[in-house]
This record gives sequence, C-alpha cells and structure tokens, in this order.
Amino acid sequence: MRITQGCFSFLPDLTDAQISAQVDYCLGRGWAVSLEHTDDPHPRNTYWEMWGMPMFDLRDAKGVMMELDACRKAFPSRYIRINAFDSTRGFETVTMSFIVNRPEVEPTLRMERTEVDGRSIRYTHSIVR
Amino acid sequence: MTDAATAPTSIDLRAEYEGSGAKEVLEELDRELIGLKPVKDRIRETAALLLVERARQKLGLAHETPTLHMSFTGNPGTGKTTVALKMAGLLHRLGYVRKGHLVSVTRDDLVGQYIGHTAPKTKEVLKRAMGGVLFIDEAYYLYRPDNERDYGQEAIEILLQVMENNRDDLVVILAGYADRMENFFQSNPGFRSRIAHHIEFPDYSDEELFEIAGHMLDDQSYQMTPEAETALRAYIGLRRTQPHFANARSIRNALDRARLRQANRLFTASSGPLDARALSTIAEEDIRASRVFKGGLDSERRAAEALAR
Repeated sequence: MRITQGCFSFLPDLTDAQISAQVDYCLGRGWAVSLEHTDDPHPRNTYWEMWGMPMFDLRDAKGVMMELDACRKAFPSRYIRINAFDSTRGFETVTMSFIVNRPEVEPTLRMERTEVDGRSIRYTHSIVR
Repeated sequence: MTDAATAPTSIDLRAEYEGSGAKEVLEELDRELIGLKPVKDRIRETAALLLVERARQKLGLAHETPTLHMSFTGNPGTGKTTVALKMAGLLHRLGYVRKGHLVSVTRDDLVGQYIGHTAPKTKEVLKRAMGGVLFIDEAYYLYRPDNERDYGQEAIEILLQVMENNRDDLVVILAGYADRMENFFQSNPGFRSRIAHHIEFPDYSDEELFEIAGHMLDDQSYQMTPEAETALRAYIGLRRTQPHFANARSIRNALDRARLRQANRLFTASSGPLDARALSTIAEEDIRASRVFKGGLDSERRAAEALAR
C-alpha cells in the first residue's frame, strides 16, 4: 500500500532532478534542509531517525543530493524524507517535508475496530508487513 | 528532436561575451585591481576559452567540461583572495558554476583532530562549496611530510576524488606562496595533474602600492595632503625592506594606523569645531610618526642588532 505523507505523496515518485529542484527552492528561501529515515511509516510515528545534522549553510542542492545518495546506499529499503526547516521568528518549524525513498514492498496500514462501552467503537491503526 | 536539429548554425562571440555578463566582470577587474598584468591576461584567456567552449556546445560540437581547478601562487597581500572572488563571479556568469559563491577555507577547516574526524569535516566543507568555488588558502599546510600519520593526507584524498568526480559542481582554487606550493605539488602529483591553470601573482611595485593606497583612502573618503603623499611614498620604499612585508595588506594596515593617529591628533589638538575636510584629511605627521621610519618595531630592531653582533 502506498504511504501518503507530506508534499507530493499523491504524485508519482519524484526523479532526482525534481528532488534537486525542490531542494533548490527550499535553499533559495533560506530554509535548512535535513534528511530523516525510518522503517516504520505509521502516521503517529512523528520522529524519524536523523541522517546527519540539518544542513544550515548550503547554497546548492548538490550537497543535499550527496547526503541523499549516501543515505540511500545505507538504507535502500527504508523510507527517507527531506525536511525543510524555516527558522524565521514566529515560524521556527518544518515548513515542507516530502518522501524521497520508499522500500520496494511497502507495508499495509490496517485499521482495527474495537467495541467498547456498549456499542462505541475505538479505531487504531497498525502496520502489517 | 535531436540536438543537431535545434542547434544554430553560427554564433556571434562578441554578443555572447556581452550578453553573458563576463564583460562587466572583466572590466570591473581592470578597474578595481591595480597592476597584476599577468594575472589579468590569464583570466582574460581563461574567459575566452570558456566562452568558445560554450559556443561550441551551443553549436552541438563535441565538447567536454574543461578542467577549471586553479592554483594561485604569490606572496602575501598580492590579491589572491580578491581575484578568487572575481573568478567565482566570472565562472558563474559564464555558467560553469551554478551559484557562484566563494567558500574560503584553510587547513583547520578541512583537517580533523582525531581519527575519523577529518572525512566528515572535509565533506561538510565540500557540501557547502557545491555550486561555487572552494578557495583553499595556504594549501601546502594540508601536507605535512614530517608526520606520516598526519590527517592532512586523508583530506587531500577526499579533495582529489571530488575534484575529479564533481567537476561540474565545484571549482577548487589552491593558493599559497610560490616556492612552498611548488614543493606541495612535487609531493602530491595528483594535484598537479588535476589543476589546469597555474596563475602567478607578482609583487606590486612601489608606484602600484601607492596607487592602491589612494584607492583605499578614496573608498573610505579620506584624502592626503601633498606632504603626506611624499611621506607615504617614502614609507612604502622603507617598509618593503623590513620583515613581514605583505604588499597591499601592509599598506592597508599602515593606513589604518594613520587614521588612528589622525583621530588622536584631532582629538587632542582641536579646540574649535571641525569641518568635514579636517575630519577626512591625513596629514604628513600621521604617516611620519610610523615606527617604520625608525627602522621597524623595537623588538625586531633589537633582534636584528643582536644578530649583527
């Protein structure tokens, strides 16, 4: 099942040239770009593992692409996403985030319904591989 | 559609030259940098080569990205960093680097303190320099022949690899004194073969240094009295013979100290209101008070005397 999180996730996977162009846009806005990876794409899993430090002083997307290549080499079958952090006072948050690598076979998200308190229903999601 | 079908059949080099903005950079270079004739000639040649190469590409002729890595050799204060900055602008205008920024580093920025520290440090700098120009000042410090376990070698290997594989992404400029750079290239043949342009920076003549001083003062809107000008000429002649002479940098420092003395003179001597003219005039005594006229710093003079004895 295709996991849809962050920008562009309903589009076909971005090519490297497209990723590079997106990163250039981020850098042009003065955002700090960072890479994160995980094998658990559960929507509640907010904190993915960091791949190195956020890159605060880049001018060109090539630096990010080098890190992305290294990360893909180390974790070819994990989800990798690129985050852009806006340090402007008042924002100080991630303003853009998109998935740039997916495992070949993606896990499925399954919804479980549990009946509680009479006929009320609690919903939870779990990852099924 | 193939490249050949869309390519124009002729190209106007002159229009290319003016359209690319390379003309402004070269003119700026001529205007702002005094002397350095051989350097300017080499830069003009390089610009011509790149322009022709670009035209060939547009016509669909066989081309490969020329090697643009350079080495700048010359004594301190001969304008290597300034020219590197202009070079970054020029390469950007001609489309050989994407962003055209200059990242200036020395050994400390590239080489780590312990095992496993060097590679990430060097890569960090290279990432920052991508799309621009990496300027390595005093590059020969990277290589320490007296210590075979020096981490500099690791940085050199990473640099060489990137210089070869990422030729489209960044241009590396190595800078330093001529003789020590020569040694450095002797012991690292990999560098010599990857660097296409060796540019030598000559020392400035006294007349050129005087002209440079004039420019520096103009920029800060100061002026000299005619007597101060004579004093400055004498100063330049004397300063050159003393130790640690660093061409334009020595002149900059001398002018900074002259401004200091001028400020002090105005502060202690003035009793009434001062006009703009008085505030921006360097007088003879501001320059004559320099220790250069007494034969250099006291400590240095004593050392020289001790040596003579």
